[in-house]
Amino acid sequence: MKPKVAFFDFAGCEGCQLQIANLEEDVLKLIDIVEIVSFREIMKEHSDEYDIAVIEGSIMRPMDEERLKKIRKNAKILVALGACACIGSVQRMLNQWPIEESKKIVYNNFKETKNNPYFDNFSTKAVDEVVKVDAYVPGCPIDRNEFARVLVALVQGKKPPIPDYPLCVECKKKENVCLFELGKFCMGPITRAGCDAICPTHGNECEGCRGFISHPEERAYTEVLEKYGLSVEEILQRKTMFTYRYVEKTKKEAKKDE
Amino acid sequence: MSKINIAVKHLTRVEGHGNIVFNVKDGTIEKIQWQVSEAPRMFESFLRGRPYHQMSHITSRICGICSIGHALCSLKATEAAMGIEVSEQTVLLRKLALHGENMQSHILHVGYLVAPDLFRVGSVFPMIETHTDTVLKIIKLHRLANEMSDLMCGRTTHPITLIPGGFTAIPSEKQLRNLKQKLIDIIPICDDVIQTVLDNIHMLPDFSRETEYIALTTDDEYALYDGVIGSTDTGRHPIEEYESIVNEFVVPHSTAKFTRHARESYMVGALARFNLNSDQLTPLAKKCAKKFGLKAVNYNPFMNNVAQLIEYYHSVEDSITLIDKLLERGLKKKDNTKYKVRGGRGIGAVEVPRGILFHDYTYNDQGICTKANLVIPTNQNHNNITKDMEIFAPMLLDKSEKEIELNLEMLVRAYDPCISCSTHYLKVEFKR
Repeated sequence: MKPKVAFFDFAGCEGCQLQIANLEEDVLKLIDIVEIVSFREIMKEHSDEYDIAVIEGSIMRPMDEERLKKIRKNAKILVALGACACIGSVQRMLNQWPIEESKKIVYNNFKETKNNPYFDNFSTKAVDEVVKVDAYVPGCPIDRNEFARVLVALVQGKKPPIPDYPLCVECKKKENVCLFELGKFCMGPITRAGCDAICPTHGNECEGCRGFISHPEERAYTEVLEKYGLSVEEILQRKTMFTYRYVEKTKKEAKKDE
Repeated sequence: MSKINIAVKHLTRVEGHGNIVFNVKDGTIEKIQWQVSEAPRMFESFLRGRPYHQMSHITSRICGICSIGHALCSLKATEAAMGIEVSEQTVLLRKLALHGENMQSHILHVGYLVAPDLFRVGSVFPMIETHTDTVLKIIKLHRLANEMSDLMCGRTTHPITLIPGGFTAIPSEKQLRNLKQKLIDIIPICDDVIQTVLDNIHMLPDFSRETEYIALTTDDEYALYDGVIGSTDTGRHPIEEYESIVNEFVVPHSTAKFTRHARESYMVGALARFNLNSDQLTPLAKKCAKKFGLKAVNYNPFMNNVAQLIEYYHSVEDSITLIDKLLERGLKKKDNTKYKVRGGRGIGAVEVPRGILFHDYTYNDQGICTKANLVIPTNQNHNNITKDMEIFAPMLLDKSEKEIELNLEMLVRAYDPCISCSTHYLKVEFKR
């Protein structure tokens, strides 16, 4: 019997699910190996019986946390899909301020946002801060072929092939001129490879959407950035965009050390 | 039928989370609601403190389907704030990128999300068996649109190459010539898909409600990338007056930021554009409109689906013209506008697949954003959806619950709502 796969979306742009719809004819191949039982963005049918749950989006409210926990209970394997689910993505920048301050700015302090579960935001969380995650498909958006590779590996009971070396490896293979040499900046040295260095290949800096590698040489990287004339503030602006999770972690560790 | 209770939680085949609640007792409607339960991400808060060069990359993440439109609107706001004038080549290339997205989004909606309603199935998957040829053709239309976005922006979703002042990389002339050929070749395939939709168009409910339509408009062309604000009720208004056009307001007992202009609600999107600017469509698009008998002003919201198909033709044909123009001029590799970072306020407006979009930024002298306001098409439509529902629902009472549910779902879906985009959260009623 084909394993049953269900897709669930939380806070995000749904662009990662769209990448799966964008597999076009390959979707037809995909449904040869799995049965899609829930995919709200493109189908009406829904079933709570599934083997693999694919979670898109970050977790921003208690009601979403509860929903995610229920999904975890139903699923044998849980996959975090995309930067929102894996690291919190851009909306994690909200964690720079108390949530009430953001609500005041966006909703002008309307009284209706009080005591209302829909507005009960806490800090932006990645999926693995709420439940156990078995596999990750990083990136904003995900690479549709990488998703297919991960799914095939999971179906075969293998470890999903996600690289744990920096983006520079792929960028060098592409024979791109290093962006630092061109007077630009790049998160490549500490960012997880796997996207084929798509941004530097198109002349734009890596913004770290796939998250850091397990053991990034952060200090050396910061030194490089300083050498190329980036101020501390500018470095932080880059690290807070997609990867505020790691900034939070560093802050926490620094607090512990004190 | 004394009691009907319909609660569609997490409406399917739309982008984002929305609920429909419909309660009837003894033939009287007690409650009809369109709710949006999407988690608020509050972009306008975390855009504070971001440098100008990150703005289009961050705001493209508002929406996975219209990320190119958000990026372009963002760039236009930044460029307006800093007095950056881009080259003609940049404008032509950006217009191509916008067409690619418009085609992608429209065919995704009509082909994958609406078509199952025409065949009364739950998704496109069963259609693979029953309507193999049509599905494969829809996939072709969708893939070409994606290839086009890939070529113009570096990838389909969340553009890489679009930056203030121009592009980090542009396609080669050879790639543009290839694209042109593919666009020419897609036309007969498009004709076939249109025919299938035309054969089943009677499955769309016949419902009209007079309302106001708002879209960009200009004398030069069918407005998508540029123009002034046009209204079927009040004529033309400069972009700078957008706040007094959208009039975001709060309904009593609701946190909803609705919009309203000349009347109780207005509609944006493909049908609004058609109703305002149909004279400027390309010949094939006009021919398609004629096939469906669509004439401006049309007040049937379900015709938004048809207007999207008409626009697919328009985007194909206009893209061919744009490519010809680019090839005739010859592509310049280095064509970006040089600029100095400076402070100020800038407003951008672009027609994205679901309608008129506004980005409004204020920068300090270091180019750091200090204030951002975003008005998203789907939010402008929520009020119109609600008003439609209030008129449409009573007309459905003699139908089965299943049919009522389907009809209400189809109504919401016709607007192609993209709820993830809703930076301003909307909710119709509280359940405490």
